[in-house]
Amino acid sequence: MFEQQLFNGLTLGLIYALIAVGYTMVYGVIELINFAHGEVYMLGAFLCITFIQALGVPLFPAMVLAMACCAGIGVLIDQIAYKPLRKAPRLAALITAIGVSIFLQNIAMIIWGSRPVPFTRSAVPAAFSETAFTLGSVNVSGLQVFIYALTIAMMIGLTLIINKTRIGTAMRALAQNATAAALMGINVNRVISFTFALGSGLGAVAGILVGMYYNTLSATMGYNAGVKAFAAAVLGGIGSVPGAMLGGVVLGVAETLGAGYVSSQYRDGLGYAVMIAVILLRPSGLLGKSVGQKA
Amino acid sequence: MLSLTGVNTYYGSIHALKGVTLTVNQGEIVTLIGANGAGKTTTLMSISGVTVPRQGTVEFLGEDITKLSTEKIVARGITQVPEGRMIFPRLTVRENLLMGAYLRNDKDNVKADEEHVYELFPKLLERSKQHGGTLSGGEQQMLAIGRALMARPKVLLLDEPSLGLAPIVVENIFEIIQRINRDGVTILLVEQNAQMALQVAHRGYVLETGQVTLEGPAKDLLEDPKVRSAYLGLD
Ligand SMILES: Nc1ncnc2c1ncn2[C@@H]1O[C@H](COP(=O)(O)OP(=O)(O)OP(=O)(O)O)[C@@H](O)[C@H]1O
Ligand SMILES: [Mg+2]
Repeated sequence: MFEQQLFNGLTLGLIYALIAVGYTMVYGVIELINFAHGEVYMLGAFLCITFIQALGVPLFPAMVLAMACCAGIGVLIDQIAYKPLRKAPRLAALITAIGVSIFLQNIAMIIWGSRPVPFTRSAVPAAFSETAFTLGSVNVSGLQVFIYALTIAMMIGLTLIINKTRIGTAMRALAQNATAAALMGINVNRVISFTFALGSGLGAVAGILVGMYYNTLSATMGYNAGVKAFAAAVLGGIGSVPGAMLGGVVLGVAETLGAGYVSSQYRDGLGYAVMIAVILLRPSGLLGKSVGQKA
Repeated sequence: MLSLTGVNTYYGSIHALKGVTLTVNQGEIVTLIGANGAGKTTTLMSISGVTVPRQGTVEFLGEDITKLSTEKIVARGITQVPEGRMIFPRLTVRENLLMGAYLRNDKDNVKADEEHVYELFPKLLERSKQHGGTLSGGEQQMLAIGRALMARPKVLLLDEPSLGLAPIVVENIFEIIQRINRDGVTILLVEQNAQMALQVAHRGYVLETGQVTLEGPAKDLLEDPKVRSAYLGLD
């Protein structure tokens, strides 16, 4: 029982982590909580089933397409809504982000309706819903294997991009000192676009995985997931990519165990309780740099 | 090579530069001295396109670069070592240097230039895997200069490289600045340490509340009674 709960919690946590890195990376480069990130995650799921249903694209290519579209949407959101506010007070950008979030939610309702819809069952390999293997008392489904493999591979890939490539290093440089980054000849706006594309692509994948895992999609699904992933990013230390990964996993596990042992009604509340406890004890988050030490 | 003509730069309603005109010729070390708040940093930032002048022009190699973006200005060969060094604290020393070469694609030459920086500043080689933020003030200044050299600049803008450093480190930094200049890099040096700056520079400008009030060969400025009392603390 405990092991199964823990395993399910980890599955959910990895997905939260995939969304949370999007919040934390954008915060790192422009100090903005991109509230529209949850909606990009939602659009990823809907675009994926639309490609499957309307165009007959198989699942995996549909996922790649949805990811690419969301990367583009993320860049557009930044260019249209946030870029004009780069030098404005951060509160203006924050309010704009909330506006973009509501706008996208409504667009989704117009296109796909306001009722939840199931994921396209026929497109999902049969092996996903069967038990792939049993580990002690834990049953692992094919979909869970897929989620583990994909999320972990993506996080390794992301870590390599951030730490080993020129543009990844530029992202870190920009987060540490924007003026100095510009003085190095770094095209700051291009790096910001790259950050949005990366985070949005990963968010889209998370949306698709959740859609498959719970077999339901809705125009409002981005709200809850967004708030959770944001909490995970804060929990890990906003601005820290490994922190967001860890925060997502911790939150997913805490929530699932809480729901299993206390009451599933407290599921969301328990996740936040963990976040609040961490913030009270360690305001900079699990892996964040201590407060006021930006430079 | 580099010239500012009637440059006016504002921060919102604050008029920081009130018609600054100055020239830097190829191969020179030119120094810009002045008190706190005179507008020295703003002058360099106006050249680098970080603060864009509202009036006046910045010309480089005969072309108007006033309104160009910072990365285009860097690409043309003007690199700045900013005030306070602004190294990237959580990038390694080596990564800091490579960011200096961000716009370059000639890998082999970048490698050679990295070696050259380690030759100029052997301390940086010892610390190449350490985070920039863990270096001492003097080492950070060396890193900031090394990082700027990685761009292979034609003109190097230096903003108070001696700030907060022990006299012996300052001597060392100024020797390196002269060596860089002998290697063919033109230098515009902003300093509050007027004594040192005027000793290494060919020419100098004195900036007061956003205006150039005095200019001439560095030797003459060193003898100038006004400079001696206001900036050298003599007489
Ligand atoms: N970001 C800013 N916002 C508003 N005013 C500014 C800003 N930066 C500089 N100023 C003002 O512009 C004027 C020139 O400042 P600047 O930093 O160029 O002086 P400086 O000569 O470099 O001084 P210091 O020797 O202290 O470095 C000052 O009056 C300063 O208060
Ligand atoms: Mg200054």
